[in-house]
Amino acid sequence: MEGLLFWSPAVVAVGAGIAVFRVDSMARATYALALSFVAVGLELLLLDLAYLGVVTVLMMVMEMAIMAVFMIMFMMNSAGLMPMSMVHNRRGALALSVGVFLSLAAVALLTPWPERRGTVPEDPTRSVGTGVMETKMLVMMGVGAVLFTTIVAALVLAASRSRYDVRGGRR
Amino acid sequence: MTVEAAPAWAALPVLAALLALASAAAVLDAASPGGTAGAAPRGPARAARPLAETARLLRQRRHTTAVRDGLLWQVGVAGPVVIAALMVAVVPFGGQVVADVPVGVVWFNAMDVCLWAVVWLAGWSPDSPYPLVGGYRYLAQALGYELPLMFALTAPAVAAGSLDVGTVVEAQDGLWFVVWMPVAFLVLLVGVAGFSLWGPLGAPGGGDVAGGVFAEASGVDRLLLLAGRYALLTAGAAMAVALFLGGGAGPWLPGWLWSLLKTLAVLGCLVVLRGRLPGVRPQTVVRLGWVVALPVVLLQVLAVSIVVVVEG
Amino acid sequence: MTLDLFLLLAAALFAVGLYGALSQQSVVMVMMGLELMINGVVVAAASFWYFVAPAQPDGQVLVLVVISAMTVEMAMGFAVVTLLFRAKDVDTTDTAAELKR
Repeated sequence: MEGLLFWSPAVVAVGAGIAVFRVDSMARATYALALSFVAVGLELLLLDLAYLGVVTVLMMVMEMAIMAVFMIMFMMNSAGLMPMSMVHNRRGALALSVGVFLSLAAVALLTPWPERRGTVPEDPTRSVGTGVMETKMLVMMGVGAVLFTTIVAALVLAASRSRYDVRGGRR
Repeated sequence: MTVEAAPAWAALPVLAALLALASAAAVLDAASPGGTAGAAPRGPARAARPLAETARLLRQRRHTTAVRDGLLWQVGVAGPVVIAALMVAVVPFGGQVVADVPVGVVWFNAMDVCLWAVVWLAGWSPDSPYPLVGGYRYLAQALGYELPLMFALTAPAVAAGSLDVGTVVEAQDGLWFVVWMPVAFLVLLVGVAGFSLWGPLGAPGGGDVAGGVFAEASGVDRLLLLAGRYALLTAGAAMAVALFLGGGAGPWLPGWLWSLLKTLAVLGCLVVLRGRLPGVRPQTVVRLGWVVALPVVLLQVLAVSIVVVVEG
Repeated sequence: MTLDLFLLLAAALFAVGLYGALSQQSVVMVMMGLELMINGVVVAAASFWYFVAPAQPDGQVLVLVVISAMTVEMAMGFAVVTLLFRAKDVDTTDTAAELKR
């Protein structure tokens, strides 16, 4: 039973991940990636990470919904009605990624990982909350600053007009 | 009152209650002026309109567009009903909750974000312009109301010190949260209207784009989409009752009945208000959401946090 | 359920993402590959937290940081693609080669 709980989302996660690069329709590609993230969210639930699992689903489905808009905006043939190939160096990429998988798998299986120290706290959500507000506060303040910078920088890069011609200006 | 996990069979009566309340909303909607019955004469025939419409849609043959994306269409059509059921699963009825998720508030939020995907897919997959416009409108509006909605859900969670909906209900033992968080309550209701394509935020399914995401739906597909809309409204009302109106708390009657009655009352308000408020354009929704609702609801969360800290 | 299994899942997700990031021409598809690689990192961080040091919140905080890194990647990626597209009508990695020399 426990094996099924692990393996079914795991197969969905990897399978949907492969589907991202095999389907023609951009809507299908984006939501295949969203499905992969949802499956990973379920895996996190197995690890007693209720909050992080649900937040992963929340964040990633939202991100993919926005991503779909950009995918369709920028890709030729976004509905996949006229299949075309948009890849380069396929064989090299395949060889490299298989090599990376094998070496990562070897590291995962062969390394003597340390024994488990301590037990899962009664409420992991509370544990991460206090962690963020106490010992790891500096990290999260850094993340906050980075996120704010990102908002400003992304707007500056992407917006074609400045704050002084809100109504469109002479373009 | 205390809230605990219900036995597994409780999922069935809760599902039945969801469908019954959604049907009640449909009937009330048809009977009220400006509702779905249009210019039909007043009287029982008007209220029976949803029944006739259901029968008609069940028998209607589906029409399809030339190059529809069948898989994504099925996801988009079945999605709203399924998501409404998943939302209701974490809402306590009386002292019992179907799925005792420790992060129920975040779960509800994640489900309403899944609607972004589902409704957009319903608009995208028929390969037809009006549904596509509707789908994009839904995303644009969602960007406007989602953040205020998130903070509106945060306020009761902060006050209760827990993300568990049951604990939030228990924390309202003395005083309902609506009394000292009215802004968060209102913003939550607007968010519910937003994710249900309802009333002033109904532009994604609006008449100016020939029904938007509903435009190409026919037969059972259309029935599912319309039912999903009422079911979402019901799920949102049920969550608002649990978070702000004390859940199943009340004198004399049993808890689950109080939950149902309060949900029905909130649902009734949402339905009756639908035809009485002007529609808002999606770009105005975004502007109001970021410039007005977000700062106001942040102040609400700040006030709640101060109260929580001072009270200890 | 062992640490090895979860790490294998993480490695598989990472490798599939790497294949996409290397082989796709369109910038947005490259970003999909990057997202999938980060997805693998999320699994690895969470499983290390659970199987090695569950008492400290470090692993969980790492997952939060990774998720925000993902959003930063997406926002900046789309901003740059939009800028590239507006400036040169270009959206593939092969044609955006100013940084080559």
